[in-house]
Amino acid sequence: MKLRRKLLGSSIVTLTALAAFTIIGVVAFVMGTIVLGGMGTLSWEFLTSSPTEGMTAGGIFPAIAGTALLVIIMSIAGVPVGTVTAIYLSEYASQKSILARSIRFAVNTLAGVPAIVFGLFGLGFFVQFVGTGMDRFFSGGAELQWAQPNLLWASLTMALLTLPVVIVSVEEAIKTVPQDLRAASLALGATKWQTIWKVVLPNSATGILTGGILAVSRGAGEVAPILFTGAAYFLPHLPGGLSDQFMELGYHVYIMSTQSTNVDATRGIQYATTLVLLLLTFMLNFSAIFLRSRIRARQLQ
Amino acid sequence: MLTAKASEPSVRSKVDKTEAEGVRLPALSTKSFANPVHPGSPVRRFIKADLAKRFRLDEFLAEKLITLVAFISLATIVMIFVFVFREAAPIFSGKSVVEATTTQTEPMETYGDEYVGKSGGAANSQNQNFISVETAGAEGKASLSNLLSTTWQPVSSQPKYGIVPLVVGSLKVTLLAILFAAPIAVLAALFTSSFAPKWAKEILKPAIEVLAGFPSVVIGFFTLVTLATLLQDFFGYQFRLNAFVGGAAMSLAVIPIVYTVAEDALAAVPRYMSEASLALGATKWQTAFFVTLPAATPGVFAALLLGFGRAFGETMIVLMATGNAALLSLNFLEPVRTISATIGAEMAEVVFGDTHYTVLYFLGAILFVFTFTLNVVAEVFVRQRLLKRFRGG
Amino acid sequence: MDTDAYKIQTRNLDLYYGTKQALRGVSIDIRPNRVTALIGPSGCGKSTYLRSLNRMNDLIDGVRIEGDVLIDDVNIYDKEVDVVELRKRVGMIFQKSNPFPKSVYDNVAYGPRINGIHERQKLDEIVERSLRRSALWDEVNDDLRKSALALSGGQQQRLCIARALAVDPEVLLMDEPASALDPIATAKIEELIYELKQNYTIVIVTHNMQQAARVSDYTAFFYMGQLIEYDETKKMFTTPEKKQTEEYITGRFG
Repeated sequence: MKLRRKLLGSSIVTLTALAAFTIIGVVAFVMGTIVLGGMGTLSWEFLTSSPTEGMTAGGIFPAIAGTALLVIIMSIAGVPVGTVTAIYLSEYASQKSILARSIRFAVNTLAGVPAIVFGLFGLGFFVQFVGTGMDRFFSGGAELQWAQPNLLWASLTMALLTLPVVIVSVEEAIKTVPQDLRAASLALGATKWQTIWKVVLPNSATGILTGGILAVSRGAGEVAPILFTGAAYFLPHLPGGLSDQFMELGYHVYIMSTQSTNVDATRGIQYATTLVLLLLTFMLNFSAIFLRSRIRARQLQ
Repeated sequence: MLTAKASEPSVRSKVDKTEAEGVRLPALSTKSFANPVHPGSPVRRFIKADLAKRFRLDEFLAEKLITLVAFISLATIVMIFVFVFREAAPIFSGKSVVEATTTQTEPMETYGDEYVGKSGGAANSQNQNFISVETAGAEGKASLSNLLSTTWQPVSSQPKYGIVPLVVGSLKVTLLAILFAAPIAVLAALFTSSFAPKWAKEILKPAIEVLAGFPSVVIGFFTLVTLATLLQDFFGYQFRLNAFVGGAAMSLAVIPIVYTVAEDALAAVPRYMSEASLALGATKWQTAFFVTLPAATPGVFAALLLGFGRAFGETMIVLMATGNAALLSLNFLEPVRTISATIGAEMAEVVFGDTHYTVLYFLGAILFVFTFTLNVVAEVFVRQRLLKRFRGG
Repeated sequence: MDTDAYKIQTRNLDLYYGTKQALRGVSIDIRPNRVTALIGPSGCGKSTYLRSLNRMNDLIDGVRIEGDVLIDDVNIYDKEVDVVELRKRVGMIFQKSNPFPKSVYDNVAYGPRINGIHERQKLDEIVERSLRRSALWDEVNDDLRKSALALSGGQQQRLCIARALAVDPEVLLMDEPASALDPIATAKIEELIYELKQNYTIVIVTHNMQQAARVSDYTAFFYMGQLIEYDETKKMFTTPEKKQTEEYITGRFG
């Protein structure tokens, strides 16, 4: 009887260990496949030149550039809004007020909305509603410039998607600023905003950076929101302005591997593009984790 | 009488001397001693006018602006509701807004395109290809009967908007994903919280973070190119891309979520519970399995709910791994089309305002409401049950 | 100098944290340019009373005040009074030193900068004067750019004093300023207090009775939110009026 219980015990422990190591194995396997498949095609030239011969050869520079533009504009829009929201939640809102609780609820809910729904919102709100309004304003509706998918709308959509990530990161950093620093500032006759600007925010800079990095990581990786708000597969030149469409790494992989004219021949490019995307998100997440541990370490001081 | 002076070294020798004499100082000398203010130094006083309340513009602006910006999150959620429902609304009035004349784009090849069609109506192997079709005049209305039918064929002379195969497709993939991911993730979480040695934790936690960081298009690509072939070679079924493959791929995305929330729940179980169990002579595994895990049930359940929600709404993985055929069957080895994939694949080609467009938004609304409800339930459920449990409810 | 004028007057001060009453009918008159010590066992309300004098209690949710607090006959709880201006005139030193994670210079210059002083020369003057007044100048003037956190505990506390002095307050409130310091650092602070009272009115909370006896001119003994006795220090420690005072001073409780 005891033996059976012992066996049961060890098998349970083994099972859980097996589960854990399966995960590790799968992660390694996925990364390994991508690295091996893409290594051959990855080169400096690949990263810096444009596609040639009808997308079957050449590099992916436009996709890299497009992704970069996307995340830059996204960050310019999203990081300040997220930071300010975090400031509101931790410094201005009384914890019990309905306002504060609804905003928190909204942030949590936003975090759970599927990416494709953000795409729908981007299409229905930015492209159709705001875009049409802008066209009407600028040219009386004659010119169709803003009421179509483009870089600006895609970036703003992405900014909304990554807003919760920024808010959570910044709030976490603000919380680590000790209360007695605020007290010292107030006791010297500083106002609330002066205290936030001169004491709280400078000490939360790491958190803001972390939030930004995590947002960029997600922004570069999510494809669903930009499927119909601005991304394109083949563009003859780089986007010249906010109202242009753009190429993007994740979108490129998707289209090339499912709908391009010669899927097999371009397999190398697909792998290499995926590898670039993977490495990018990997490095970004790694730096964010590193920064986050710095914030936690400071909190323990 | 008492002297407060114990044997503390005094800072000022003057005081010391007079104290040591144990003599009560005459009032006058005390006063003059204690008054070191130089005569003639300005006496500063509070003046009410100086302290008058003043309006600080920068303070006022800062507060108003910050509050306003903070509202953006709230406004966004409200507006997502508004705009998604707004574009889906024509469905309820039963009319199509625009008469569609759509010409589809060039035929596209999908990788692994060997699906042989078997859907209710037109049996063409073109469910994965968008063929040039012109639909003229009045199209099939998105009536209730049409929506609840079992054929999804929006691009044809008689458009059918049956969403049933799509909903079933989503459910199939999601259930499979949970089926694969839940045991692995929960067991792994149990491993981390109860059995794992430090070195194992230091490998597993980063691995989970890396997995969580994989963009879904990368998982989709990996599945499309590698995993699908592996699975087909191993199990030997007919269709290379199907619900089973989609579910397996999806589980990779679901595992990190379930693991993280379950692990938090397990770690939140008060130590006194596990310690009490161990003190009674139970082994580690008995404690983990019969005390810790049950105590974390609400959290684990919430983890599963959140994983379910994530899988249900995920788009890229299913676009690349499920074969994208709007079939309705209970066979898990056949290709499927999910709600999210339908929106993702078809929205770019649809005319603004026409019936197809409206139905797609309707699908989006379903998706939104479903995941929204799931998240709310998960949050409420966990908080309520968790609190009840640990307060002896 | 008119020695009968009081700097701070409290009349029947009641303070509530929600429903719990922390101060009961406290009435004290604090004289200018003197050191007044507040003593009493833990939780007796002395820190709470101190914080009422610069309205730091306002920052706590659910705090309610009844009664008057007058500084130079101005009721600081009056609706017309600007709290921010008040705190520029009534400075506070905290129990645990809390310098900003900035340089020594920037810590001391913080207050003046907030008040709109930005010219380099003026700031240099204020910083030097404040650091001299807090007896820290000699120890830090070789490198004012050094981080404040690199100073020792005692130096940090003196830095906090310099920082408070830089805004030129009239009153200094000190909440157990030396409780976290070693005897030598404590002695330096006490010496400093003696110097400072030439120009400032000082109210100090201390749980150390010997310190109160050494440093203060007047002492107020608090117990359970009430003022038990208030008198010149010498008198209080040699011939206290109330029995409770005597028991506390001789260490029979608290």
